[in-house]
Amino acid sequence: MTLYATTSHTVGPYYHIGLTWLNRETLANELTLGERVAITGQVVDGNGDVVNDAMLEVWQANAAGKYDHPEDQQDKPLDPNFEGFGRVPVDAEGRFRFTTIKPGTVPGLKGSTQAPHLVVLVFARGLVKHLLTRIYFEGEPANVADPLLECVPAERRQTLLAKADASGVYQWNVVLQGTDAETVFFDY
Amino acid sequence: MTDKPGYRRPQAGTQPDYLHPTYQSTNLRSPSKPLVYLPHSLSEITGPTIGAEHVAEKDNDLTAQHDGEPLGERIIIHGRVLDEDGLPVPGILVEIWQANAAGRYNHARDLHDAPLDPNFTGTGRTVTDADGWYQFQTIKPGAYPWGNHHNAWRPAHIHFSLFGPSILTRLVTQMYFPGDPLLAYDPIYNCVPDTSAKERLIAAFDLEKTIPSYALGYRWDIVLRGREATPMEK
Repeated sequence: MTLYATTSHTVGPYYHIGLTWLNRETLANELTLGERVAITGQVVDGNGDVVNDAMLEVWQANAAGKYDHPEDQQDKPLDPNFEGFGRVPVDAEGRFRFTTIKPGTVPGLKGSTQAPHLVVLVFARGLVKHLLTRIYFEGEPANVADPLLECVPAERRQTLLAKADASGVYQWNVVLQGTDAETVFFDY
Repeated sequence: MTDKPGYRRPQAGTQPDYLHPTYQSTNLRSPSKPLVYLPHSLSEITGPTIGAEHVAEKDNDLTAQHDGEPLGERIIIHGRVLDEDGLPVPGILVEIWQANAAGRYNHARDLHDAPLDPNFTGTGRTVTDADGWYQFQTIKPGAYPWGNHHNAWRPAHIHFSLFGPSILTRLVTQMYFPGDPLLAYDPIYNCVPDTSAKERLIAAFDLEKTIPSYALGYRWDIVLRGREATPMEK
């Protein structure tokens, strides 16, 4: 039997009713292994106006580069204090902030190694289907050989890089549409 | 290590493009640059296994969350979550939210001039059982106006959010009711060209599920992306 996946529709402007109960803006607890990182930014539209009704979901490996999922059969340790899932709403100014640990490197296809990254889904009114992007960390040596970054036009790669500010907080924005700074989104 | 299979790409016409001009909110929120093709690595064939541990038994009854009963037509919605091979997807989180019987959301930003119902929040969740079944008890939501175009009304619908075996099976969608005359005019319902795909968003009246003198039954099955048989080369 072959079926086709159900058509995606927007979360609409009132998703908070159904989804905020599972918000996870703090992905790590005090026992989680790894380097703490805070990531903050803003979601804006094609006019540069803030998007105040978006929501992000985050999926990432633990500090050892292991996903808490049965498909990950690497000989690396799970961290009982880390699930790797975040659900992060934006505020009235379209801003979001979450804290987590920096993931380790994870295997890519064909024997490659992927630089530390977070998978990010973007939901909002006006997004009939959620967007998928990634957060990498600026200055991370492994970025140079990351197989997915290599697929992204060089001039757009910086949209995927979170940049640490003077206080060490990583800044990363989501530009849904734009001539210059539009975030790279993936055909998943 | 051999690469594991990824997930199937959508059948043509069954998933929306980001830009859908008749749904005006897409005009400034859809990417204008080409999407970058994403091969499915370990980062994508894994995903959050969020579910049972967060859900209480009565979280699937939206009519029992307050002291009194909500106004409206009591309904039971049930169905199966399957993958594209028709196999059940057990143990996954299903979240829903909806307007009340008057077509008003219990949300600060909903300014529609229709009454709130103190006995209805409009939030539910459950976990699929071993055979992929889910069930909710709620009231039928009302249609409501929105500002998309002159005299625009959303057909009655319930928002559904599902996880699944991987981050690629994540699905947010809306379920509709049979025979709703507003469907023909709704730019969100009509955001894909494939007529069958649209019709699969409409629940079927289910007399067998209908509880005499109590609630009408509806059946709605949901399909999550299936797995490729072998790793895909691009």
